[in-house]
Amino acid sequence: MSMLEVRDLHTSFFTDAGEVKAVNGISFDLDEGKVLGIVGESGSGKSVTAYSVMQILAGTGKIVSGSIKYKGTELVGSGESVMKTIRGNKISIIFQDPMTSLNPTYTIGHQLMEGIMMHTGRNKKEARERAIEMLRLVNVNEPEKRMKQYPYEFSGGMRQRVMIAMALSCEPDILIADEPTTALDVTIQAQILELMKKLQEELGMAIIMITHDLGVVAQMCDEVIVMYAGSICEQGTADEIFYNPCHEYTKGLMRSIPTLDDEFKRLKPISGTPIDLLNMPAGCPFAPRCENAMKICLSQKCERMQINEDHAAGCWMNVKKDFEKTGGKAAEE
Amino acid sequence: MAENKPLIQVKNLKEYFNISTGWLTTVPLKAVDDVSFDIMKGETLGLVGESGCGKTTVGRTILRLYEPTSGEIWYDGKKIEDKKTVKEFRKHATMVFQDPYSSLNPRMTVSDIIGEPLDVYKMYENAAERRERILELMAYVGLNSEHASRYAHEFSGGQRQRIGIARSLALKPDFIVCDEPVSALDVSIQAQVINMFDELQEKLGLTYLFIAHDLLVVRHISDRIAVMYLGHIVELADSNEIYNHPVHPYSKSLISAVPLPDPKAARANKRIVLSGDIPSPLNAPSGCPFRTRCSHACEACAGEMPPLKDVGGGHLVACHRIGDI
Repeated sequence: MSMLEVRDLHTSFFTDAGEVKAVNGISFDLDEGKVLGIVGESGSGKSVTAYSVMQILAGTGKIVSGSIKYKGTELVGSGESVMKTIRGNKISIIFQDPMTSLNPTYTIGHQLMEGIMMHTGRNKKEARERAIEMLRLVNVNEPEKRMKQYPYEFSGGMRQRVMIAMALSCEPDILIADEPTTALDVTIQAQILELMKKLQEELGMAIIMITHDLGVVAQMCDEVIVMYAGSICEQGTADEIFYNPCHEYTKGLMRSIPTLDDEFKRLKPISGTPIDLLNMPAGCPFAPRCENAMKICLSQKCERMQINEDHAAGCWMNVKKDFEKTGGKAAEE
Repeated sequence: MAENKPLIQVKNLKEYFNISTGWLTTVPLKAVDDVSFDIMKGETLGLVGESGCGKTTVGRTILRLYEPTSGEIWYDGKKIEDKKTVKEFRKHATMVFQDPYSSLNPRMTVSDIIGEPLDVYKMYENAAERRERILELMAYVGLNSEHASRYAHEFSGGQRQRIGIARSLALKPDFIVCDEPVSALDVSIQAQVINMFDELQEKLGLTYLFIAHDLLVVRHISDRIAVMYLGHIVELADSNEIYNHPVHPYSKSLISAVPLPDPKAARANKRIVLSGDIPSPLNAPSGCPFRTRCSHACEACAGEMPPLKDVGGGHLVACHRIGDI
């Protein structure tokens, strides 16, 4: 059984302008001790997926349908009391911006101890010891002294370490990292990624890594989900996604990033701009920007198809390729 | 296509900001400390470094958005000094800003935003000529003529950045300072804008100072790259050279820290992970600013800032221990 099973999840925001389908029917599994990357551009629904799992959607956001199972327990509709025992305890989250995700009016120590006391029932003294141990684990120097300091006394990289310490202090099974290094400089990013990888190996938790940076994915993830406009276009092991992309959007993404050996060729960007989630087209959401779009792409969304056992994609181009290969035998599928 | 004639010469540029520390007491924050470089005609010079290293300040000081504390800036063989030369210089040198959301006036239409520099410098005879020039500029950056009467908020990030670029091209400049022009954009849009910079350079013979923190982007677009650390240039070389043979320990770690979009290479890559954070520029270390995080630091490094030395083929490095490491 997977640690986390998400099935046909739909999450919408009900705005004055209409329903925005931020997550539109996605399914995935997260196995024990694996690192799953979710990549996509702004507005692709990757963060909303994470917030849906944690059920911390803001204001007008709502899970419309679908199921999220943690170790077989259904979380959708389970109520706030169940979620309180899961959130921060079994599933933790690190947010993108370490500058704003800590409360500036409390000391680091206070904020670290709060979660520990709430979830593990330790008293203040034990919680303090645990907090210091956690700070030491994430390589914060002089943790006893740092416990008494406020967030403004920490640099960005240090704050992100505190966030990681906080997220891991209750030994969660799943850590969701929502763009954990986007706000940091490259050398600090390298430190944080190194640290996360090390802790993941030591503590054996599963990580959902949400990012727009394909470099971070290549470095960290075992499996990858590529999202576009609220849907999953492609899903597979990191090697499959990078070396054998089977969705036109993924292929376009791979072509648009500069690499080290591109010898200054022109990049091949994806033309157009991301679609408006208020006016979703009938067919494949990527079809309006796709250079190989066919008639069927505009009218009908391609269901997800298995490419091989490690890889699935929803793109009509694969059907076309099969069709050409088999000389039309598989055409009626 | 770069010619061997410097268009911009920066000589010993220093930019100190006074930070008040109490009643009537200030300390200088050395944002840029003794920086010198040339940019050839038609060349793209990339400027990389971490936040707070002074790369944006260099760009802004060259355009005299800040008055330099000391040092000289020469444009096309002429020194930029008094108000008159600055105003003339700004006709030839413009800027594209990082944030396409805050760098466009929300109360102006696109045609007014792009036309404003033309108005300031009275670059047209009549309204028809002004409009024609604006439409021409919009066509350069891939905007349709019907966009002219709209407001900035109606556009996506990538399109706004195009508006900003059209504005910077209005005066037919030779030199553009691009301050992180693509870092606020999504990957697929980023590639569109990078290609546009390439095409415009070919078409109009532009010279760029391209400031960014994304090293893959900088390497893609630049002919030469300068690496900055705490207000100093620590290494300057051809972009291929600096990627394949970085010499300064800071450049080495910076380049090895870039996450490569290739799982096999990422697994094989031996990363040099720096310990600690970049020190505050208010109390920068003595001598070489990098010595507190450098694994090769020795006594000499605490003494004085090493000068930029040529290690062959115009590859400049500022390090006391070039020969030893």
